[in-house]
Amino acid sequence: MALKLEHVTYIYGADTQLPVRALDDICLEIPDGQFIGLIGHTGSGKSTLVQHLNGLIRPSQGRITWNGRDIWEAGFPKKELRSSVGLVFQYPEHQLFEADVFSDVCFGPNNLGLPREEVQKRARRALELVGIPEALYGQSPFELSGGQKRRAAIAGVLAMEPKILVLDEPTAGLDPKGRDEILGQIAGLKKETGISVVLVSHSMEDVANYVERIVVMSQGHILFDGEPRQVFRHKRELEEVGLAVPQVTDILHRLSAAGFAVDTDATTVPEARDTILKALGGKWDGPAAGRGAMGEKEKC
Amino acid sequence: MGIIESSHLSYDYVKLNEEGNAEGVTRAVDDVSLSVEPGQFIAILGHNGSGKSTLARHINALLVPTEGSIFVDGKDTAKEENVWDVRQSAGMVFQNPDNQIIGQVVEEDVGFGPENMGVPTKEIWERVEESLRAVGMYAYRKHSPNKLSGGQKQRVSIAGVLAMHPKCIVLDEPTAMLDPDGRKSVIRAARALNDVERVTVILITHYMEEVIYADRVFVMDKGRIVMQGTPREVFSHVEQLKALRLDVPQVTLLAYALQKSGLPLPDGILTAEELELELKKLRDRKNAAGGAAGAKEAGADGWNVGEEEPDAVDGGTA
Repeated sequence: MALKLEHVTYIYGADTQLPVRALDDICLEIPDGQFIGLIGHTGSGKSTLVQHLNGLIRPSQGRITWNGRDIWEAGFPKKELRSSVGLVFQYPEHQLFEADVFSDVCFGPNNLGLPREEVQKRARRALELVGIPEALYGQSPFELSGGQKRRAAIAGVLAMEPKILVLDEPTAGLDPKGRDEILGQIAGLKKETGISVVLVSHSMEDVANYVERIVVMSQGHILFDGEPRQVFRHKRELEEVGLAVPQVTDILHRLSAAGFAVDTDATTVPEARDTILKALGGKWDGPAAGRGAMGEKEKC
Repeated sequence: MGIIESSHLSYDYVKLNEEGNAEGVTRAVDDVSLSVEPGQFIAILGHNGSGKSTLARHINALLVPTEGSIFVDGKDTAKEENVWDVRQSAGMVFQNPDNQIIGQVVEEDVGFGPENMGVPTKEIWERVEESLRAVGMYAYRKHSPNKLSGGQKQRVSIAGVLAMHPKCIVLDEPTAMLDPDGRKSVIRAARALNDVERVTVILITHYMEEVIYADRVFVMDKGRIVMQGTPREVFSHVEQLKALRLDVPQVTLLAYALQKSGLPLPDGILTAEELELELKKLRDRKNAAGGAAGAKEAGADGWNVGEEEPDAVDGGTA
C-alpha cells in the first residue's frame, strides 16, 4: 500500500508574474509501517508536500501513485485515498466543533457512510489509542486541557483508520511532558497498528528519539533522506539551511573536534553519555585506580 | 521598590452556568508574591495549565487579582484609573504572531501604539524607527506584515510594544509557533532590549534553552511559584523539574547523566561550551594525574566522585 511521489514539482502562481517553485522534482516513497520525520524550516515546502499526499493539491509536474495507480487519473477513488492518508494539521484542536468528544471523533467515520456500530467501535478504539479515558467521552471538547484537546483531534483522524498518518507539528505549544506523551503515543500507535507515520517538525530533538527515517527539505528539494544518525552527520549543511542537529550531536561533534574519541553518531542522551564515558574511560584506568570510587568503577 | 511587586496574588476563574450563577471555581494563580527589579531578565517556566499566562496577564492589568495585589511601577493595577498607566509601563506580546498585527504596513503597525497614546506625529516616526532598529526589522518598514515570516512578525509585534516606551515587556510564549531560526531571532531581540535598552523582560516559555540567559527563573505549578533562582540553580534540580512536567536543556541532561555515572562535573551546566570545557578539564587532570607530579594536584582538587549508582558507569566503560 505504498504512496509514491515521482518527480513532483509544484508551482504557486504559475500563471502570474511571480511564480514560486515550492516543490522541485521531489521523489519520495512512503512504504508500509515506517515512522518518518519530515524536517525543514519555514518555507522549505514541507506543508506543500504534505498537501500532495492525500490529493489536496495537484502537482504541476510529476505524478503521485497509491498502490501503483496515479491518484490524479480519471476515476481514481479520491474518497478512499483521503480516508487512507489521514492529515492532522497544526493546532488540530482548533478544528474540534462537536458538542461532546465522542461525537467529534465519530464525525469522520460517519461521513464515510459506515454503519453506526462500526462508527462507534472505531471512535472508541481511536480514543483508546490516544489515551483519552471514557469518563471524558461525554464532555465538551472545549473543556479539555490543551494536550487532551489535541489528542482528541488526532483521534478524529485515527477513527478514519488511515494507512498513513501525517501529523504537522503535533507538539507545537505543548509543555515538554506533553510533547513526550504525544510523541510516545504516536510511536506506540505506529507499533500497535502497523500504520506509517509522517511526523512534520522543525525540532530535530523531538524527531531523533522516535523516527526510523528522516527526510530533510530545503527550498523545495529533498536535501537528505536516511536514518537519523546518517542525516545528523551533515551538521554543517543542516545549519546552513537553518536547522540545528540535536544538542547532544552538537556536543559530540565539538568533543570530537577537541580530540575526544567519541562516536559522533549518537543522537540521544543515553547514547551520548555512553560514548563520552567510553572516550574518557579509556584514559581513566590505571592512574585513577587508587583514588576512591572512580578508581573502583574503572576496574570493573 | 521593584518594577513589579505582587503580594499574595490569587486569581480565580469562575465558571458560570446558563443562568449566570457560579458553577465552579478554578484557582489559576495561588498566593504568588514576587518582586522584579528594573532591568532584570526574568523567565517563567511551567507546564500547560500551571498559571503562567494568567499571572502574566496581571502584569498589564488584563486581569486583576481576586485576592492580594500587584503593583506595576508603583501603581496598583486593581484601580481603574491606573489601567492606562500600567499598560503603558508594561507591554505584552502574545503567542500567535497573526493575532496581534493590525497595520497594512510594518511601520504603520508599530506606530499604532504611540499614536493611540497621543504622541506628536514627529515623535511617532522617531519611535517607530528606533523600535524597528532595536529588533532588526528596520529594513522591512515598508513591507506588508502579511508577507513576513513568523519570527519577523513577532519582532514587529515587539517593536510595536517598544514604541510605547514601556519599562517592562511581557513575552507570553512568543516563540511557540516559530521555527528554530525564528525562535533565535526573537530571543536575540528580547535579549538586546534588555542589555541595551535596559527594558525589564519577562519571558514565558516552554523552551528550556531560551531561559539560560535569564537573571532569574521562576517555575510555576498549580498556580504557585515552586522554584526560583538563577538558571544554573534551577536546572541543577533535574528530577524535580521532570516531576513538574518540565525538562532541562539537553546539554544539562547529558551533564547530569554523566554526573550520575560518576564523572565529577559541576551542577547545572547550561551550554555546550561549558560541557566541552569541563570535559577537557577532566581529561587534562586525568592526563596530568597520569604523570608522576600530577597526582597530587589532581588529588588536591578533590574529585569526590558521587557514590550513587556505581553500576551506571559499567555499561559505558566495560
